[in-house]
Amino acid sequence: MRKWPLIAVPYLWLLLLFLVPFLIVIKISLSDAALSIPPYTPTLDLAAGWAGLRQFLSELDFENYAFLASDDLYWRAYLSSLQIATVSTVLTLMLGFPIAYGMACAPEEWRPTLMMLVILPFWTSLLIRVYAWMGILSTEGFLNNFLQWLGVIDAPLMILNTQNAVYIGIVYTYLPFMILPIYSALEKLDGSLIEAAEDLGCTRTKAFWLITVPLSRPGIIAGCFLVFIPALGEFVIPSLLGGSETLMIGKVLWEEFFNNRDWPVASAVAVVLLLILIIPIVLFQRNEQKQREAGK
Amino acid sequence: MTKTLMTTVAALALATAAMAEEVRVYNWSDYIDEALLAKFETETGIKLIYDVFDSNEVLETKLLAGGSGYDVVVPTGTFLQRQIAAGAFQKLDKSKLSNYGNVWDVIATRAAKYDAGNEYAINYMWGTTGLGVNVAKVKEILGPDAPIDSLSLVFDPKNAEKLAACGIHMLDAPDEVLPAALKYIGEDPDSADEAVIAKTEAALMAIRPHIQKFNSSEYINALANGDICVAFGWSGDILQARDRAAEAANGVEIAYNAPKEGALMWFDMMAIPVDAPNADAAHKFLNFILDAQNMAAASNYVYYANGNKASQEFLNEDVIGDPAIYPSEAALQNLYTKSPYDAKVQRTVTRLWTKVKSGT
Repeated sequence: MRKWPLIAVPYLWLLLLFLVPFLIVIKISLSDAALSIPPYTPTLDLAAGWAGLRQFLSELDFENYAFLASDDLYWRAYLSSLQIATVSTVLTLMLGFPIAYGMACAPEEWRPTLMMLVILPFWTSLLIRVYAWMGILSTEGFLNNFLQWLGVIDAPLMILNTQNAVYIGIVYTYLPFMILPIYSALEKLDGSLIEAAEDLGCTRTKAFWLITVPLSRPGIIAGCFLVFIPALGEFVIPSLLGGSETLMIGKVLWEEFFNNRDWPVASAVAVVLLLILIIPIVLFQRNEQKQREAGK
Repeated sequence: MTKTLMTTVAALALATAAMAEEVRVYNWSDYIDEALLAKFETETGIKLIYDVFDSNEVLETKLLAGGSGYDVVVPTGTFLQRQIAAGAFQKLDKSKLSNYGNVWDVIATRAAKYDAGNEYAINYMWGTTGLGVNVAKVKEILGPDAPIDSLSLVFDPKNAEKLAACGIHMLDAPDEVLPAALKYIGEDPDSADEAVIAKTEAALMAIRPHIQKFNSSEYINALANGDICVAFGWSGDILQARDRAAEAANGVEIAYNAPKEGALMWFDMMAIPVDAPNADAAHKFLNFILDAQNMAAASNYVYYANGNKASQEFLNEDVIGDPAIYPSEAALQNLYTKSPYDAKVQRTVTRLWTKVKSGT
């Protein structure tokens, strides 16, 4: 019984900081926009008692979700966000895995330093790091000046304010989230397994694909989730580095909320985004669990 | 968005903190001489907390969420009008504003379009929306006769295409760009008729591929550094870019031109939220701003005209004498104002704007 308070802490945390706010967002998504404070109606009047509650519930409806379906802007934005998040995750993995592998293969006394170097950028605010990229990528920026000085290019490259800048920003920002879980999986890897594979006739490459990659799978999966989920709803990076053609759901949500002052539609967009994220994750985890049970 | 969230949380935390004599002001970024803030504190003994924003939408969302914790805010006229309708402001107590007599009647009359009888707000600054031009580069590309004082500089696809490589930035503010597009195609810029507004779509889609970015604050630096050739932006911001370039002595020459077809005139208004924690101190701050010398110091610093007649004798010559800041009587006639859109038209406008920005 003494365990109870300890178990209750994470649940209480989730209840207060996820479930309750989420229910409020769902409630707003069923309301109608209005010119008032707050800018939607109805609001619950507790003083009116049961009659008030019934009146309140009768005014809620799913109109806003129907509206989302009526305009192709929304699903285009979802698709484009999914695409950007997927491409960024793959790029981050391609860059992060070799780094993590290199770290895990490095002499033991180097590892804490290497780990420190990976975490170091977090000591500077995200906003400042993204601003630094604006200085690097702009037409009169470091990168273009440097390449022109080298004579590689004649005219400055247009990188800032394009989709490519968004990829660079996301990959740069989320790279540590990919490296750390893969590194911790690779570090625990038993070196004798690879030796055994090689003794049994595997080439080095084959042993890598047959032993190292499957055993680091949990790290790869964790890293991919840690990059994919925040990248999908990313707002800061595309709005600073992206150009006008970068359509992401985070921006659409911002516009509904700030430009249209339509909190109910903005809430509906947010709820749908969450469903898009949660359903594949739940399916994936169920699949994982089944495989684990089958493995036993 | 994280930043907004954090400031909101911070504001909430502050609102519940100890009730010492404090006043919280929420104004546009790069919009005051900061020496004035210290001066206010020494003169009144009230602690001043000064926060900044760069879009009307962010301010409006805070006001409509309620409990913003601010005592003085500075929305633009069109937004002010809608926020008054939503019940976001309290009426000014003019008996507490001993400097109210300094107000310039010409501006007060025009601003009354948004605040009938000037009951809720005083004018802080006003200006126009127009063209910031890197003169040398534009003339190099379009020739010596480049139409640098005409909307056709950016709204004519032929010009926009040639300038694209050099870079065009445009305000991310449909409320400002659509009226200009309407003006360019010869319609009433203040139209709220959806069929008329829809006509701007073709004009804007034609130049969209040549616009590098829609943003309301980055163009100051981009112009000053020579990263871009043209910005469709706010007068004072472009003049600040001009001065930053001059200070940096980087050989970039920036000019501001109000379009000769007519320019949008806007008014940034100081008002007191209905739930201001310290309305009394808010009035003291407004009265401080209404002081002729203080207002002049602010204008001398930010290069925007103000709505304060008495301040004009204290303005520097490069402010009062610059027709880009204080237009002549005749040029003033060429400026137009705009009414706010209602919710339905606003949705059409935002959708059209999203389409223009993203191409979908």
